[in-house]
Amino acid sequence: MKLSGAQIIVESLLKEGVEVIFGFPGGVILPIYDVLYDSPLRHILVRHEQAAAHAADGYARATGKVGACLVTSGPGATNVVTGVATAYMDSVPMVVITGQVATPMIGNDAFQEADIVGITRPCTKHNYLVKDVKDLALTLKEAFHIAATGRPGPVLVDVPKDIILSEASYHYPETIYMRSYNPTYNGHPGQILKAAKAIVKAKRPIIYVGGGVINSGASEELLKLAKMTHTPVTTTLLGLGAFPEDSPLSLGMLGMHGAWHTNTAVSNTDLLLAIGARFDDRVTGKIEGFAPGAFIIHIDIDPSAISKNVRVDVPVVGDAKKVLIKLIETLEALPDRSNLKERRQWIKQIQEWKRTHPLSYEQDDKIIKPQYVVEEISRLTKGDAIITTEVGQSQMWTAQFCQFLRPRTFLSSGGLGTMGYGFPAAIGAQVAFPDKLVIDIAGDGSFQMNLQELATVVQYDLPLKVAILNNRCLGMIRQWQELFFGRRYSHSKLVGGPDFVRLAEAYGAVGLRATRPEEVTAVLKRAFAIPKPVIIDFQVDPEECVFPMVAAGASINNMILGKAEPKEPKRLLRAVK
Amino acid sequence: MRHTISILVENRFGVLSRVSGLFSGRGFNIESLSVGETLDPSVSRMTVVVRGDDLIVEQIKKQLNKLIDVIKVIDLTSEEFLERELVLVRVNAEPGVRAEVLRIADIFRARVVDVTPKSYTLESTGDESKVTAFLELLRPYGIQEVVRTGKVAIARARKVPTKAEKRAERKPAGKVVGFRE
Repeated sequence: MKLSGAQIIVESLLKEGVEVIFGFPGGVILPIYDVLYDSPLRHILVRHEQAAAHAADGYARATGKVGACLVTSGPGATNVVTGVATAYMDSVPMVVITGQVATPMIGNDAFQEADIVGITRPCTKHNYLVKDVKDLALTLKEAFHIAATGRPGPVLVDVPKDIILSEASYHYPETIYMRSYNPTYNGHPGQILKAAKAIVKAKRPIIYVGGGVINSGASEELLKLAKMTHTPVTTTLLGLGAFPEDSPLSLGMLGMHGAWHTNTAVSNTDLLLAIGARFDDRVTGKIEGFAPGAFIIHIDIDPSAISKNVRVDVPVVGDAKKVLIKLIETLEALPDRSNLKERRQWIKQIQEWKRTHPLSYEQDDKIIKPQYVVEEISRLTKGDAIITTEVGQSQMWTAQFCQFLRPRTFLSSGGLGTMGYGFPAAIGAQVAFPDKLVIDIAGDGSFQMNLQELATVVQYDLPLKVAILNNRCLGMIRQWQELFFGRRYSHSKLVGGPDFVRLAEAYGAVGLRATRPEEVTAVLKRAFAIPKPVIIDFQVDPEECVFPMVAAGASINNMILGKAEPKEPKRLLRAVK
Repeated sequence: MRHTISILVENRFGVLSRVSGLFSGRGFNIESLSVGETLDPSVSRMTVVVRGDDLIVEQIKKQLNKLIDVIKVIDLTSEEFLERELVLVRVNAEPGVRAEVLRIADIFRARVVDVTPKSYTLESTGDESKVTAFLELLRPYGIQEVVRTGKVAIARARKVPTKAEKRAERKPAGKVVGFRE
């Protein structure tokens, strides 16, 4: 049976088990949209292609499946680039199908032409330009295979108009072998044994966990390892949720805005076990000051992540879950298992640091503190909600004051730091889990970068909530200007920002507002009870800063704990985690 | 330090820009690059000569390996290898010096591939030092144009077979074309 390129694309997506595709139609991909018209494949029409990519990304992070999006050539394709780069930096499995002008027109500056394969080469795991309709099915199979296996990432498939229209006999391969692509899954047993011996010998070990543990589904093994070796666990931003933060062994997030006791523990550790993390500069601060004197074990599926920034003593290349299972087996087989007593002291020491320097903020009875909003969201949702964030202060406060208990409940743009990510990502998560509470914790600046998607959430009746921590400025920019640029607030005030309640109403969503601390809980409860999209405008203190913080280029144990002249604590000092 | 990296890649369009992109993205200048088919026409070999910090080159090699179209990466710098380059040079050869130029060509075992009353076009192959010496000796006569291919390199075969190789001899296996295991 012969199918057109358009039919092959839709059939192949169905074969891959794609349930929903996020997209926006355009000239050259009209034939694909024509096939979608009576196809069982669900399509979510976004209002800007960037949001299609972020929504597919959010869907992928929330489910672990490959996210899919479909956009047209030229501007459609260039608009997804930010979303693709976001997914690439955070290792999110995603397949992006872009239309392209017809093959004979390529390179002729045709209408809506862009060399998207060239543009996205450095920000995709791989990309394809399909030049023969006979290759289309195999290419899509390869694309999904590459996106989902090894270190996951986005794969872009560019399909010219003549390929979409021409026909070929359709056969979708069941399995696939690529001689040039064979990720290593099983760790080397010798390396794992070395790692196990070092772990047993260590007196002050720390496990440092990144998004790789979530990608690999290794949370259970991680918990087992931490309990069995009595080792405290800290996570990166993307690792949040990989380890239950209500565990006494949890240290929360480390790095630039990590807790003081966490960074201090990392600075004093004698063994750092890094799993699925890449020693990002926001984590390490000054490299020389990061875990000095620690013996470093690094488990990662990507060989190029190892010894990239920090010299590693025992590298183990492999899938986190498989390696951890082996590591646990190896540890169990070792005769002398633990310096338990020593470690009890180590854990006690960290608890003491935590007691003297908790994550905290000053509560106020007149103005809403943004941290309080985040804390209340955490308290009310008890780790059951899927939380997405934008980028900046709102993101860091969420990481600090919201407690994450399960993997895939925290979706945030870590590597690229894309403002405008959280709202469309929440769309993807809500589409994947229609019955779950999905909340985007946003700033007023970030939210405005993709607020057009209000139309999408209303069209598809997605009951997600956006909690805007509205400080009428670009908070993190303002904070840096306050701390490092002599309070010269250059272009960081968002004057005339919209009335978010009326904005929500204009789109047909529900808008709520809280202006005083005592209203926060009630407004949140009300929002959670409304089965419709709700935008909540929390008018928060514009001068609040994210603390503690490590200045760019400083060591992570050299933290700024608060503003230079601290005001007297007004009411209570809250500490969570 | 200078690295000579031999890369086996899928023989497809776009591969060259993926490979070169890893170097150019870091602001590295590729000193020389040559690409050609191997015995298996679906596989090409790239020979890249690049100068750079060892750690960064190590990182680039890992990332080359990560490219989907790359089958194998070998840094020849760490082993014994032979490298050759072919150069075509058009040199002035006025009546008074024609014999001298020919003698230099002879010494370097270069061949005359084109002649005019006032010039010779010479072809020579060799490693870098030979090619450089050849060009330096011709320079006084006036070089009109030089075209170099870029280096190609091959690892020296081991004189004594290893245990693994002996085993392989007994049990031949079709592995990646052009590389001894």
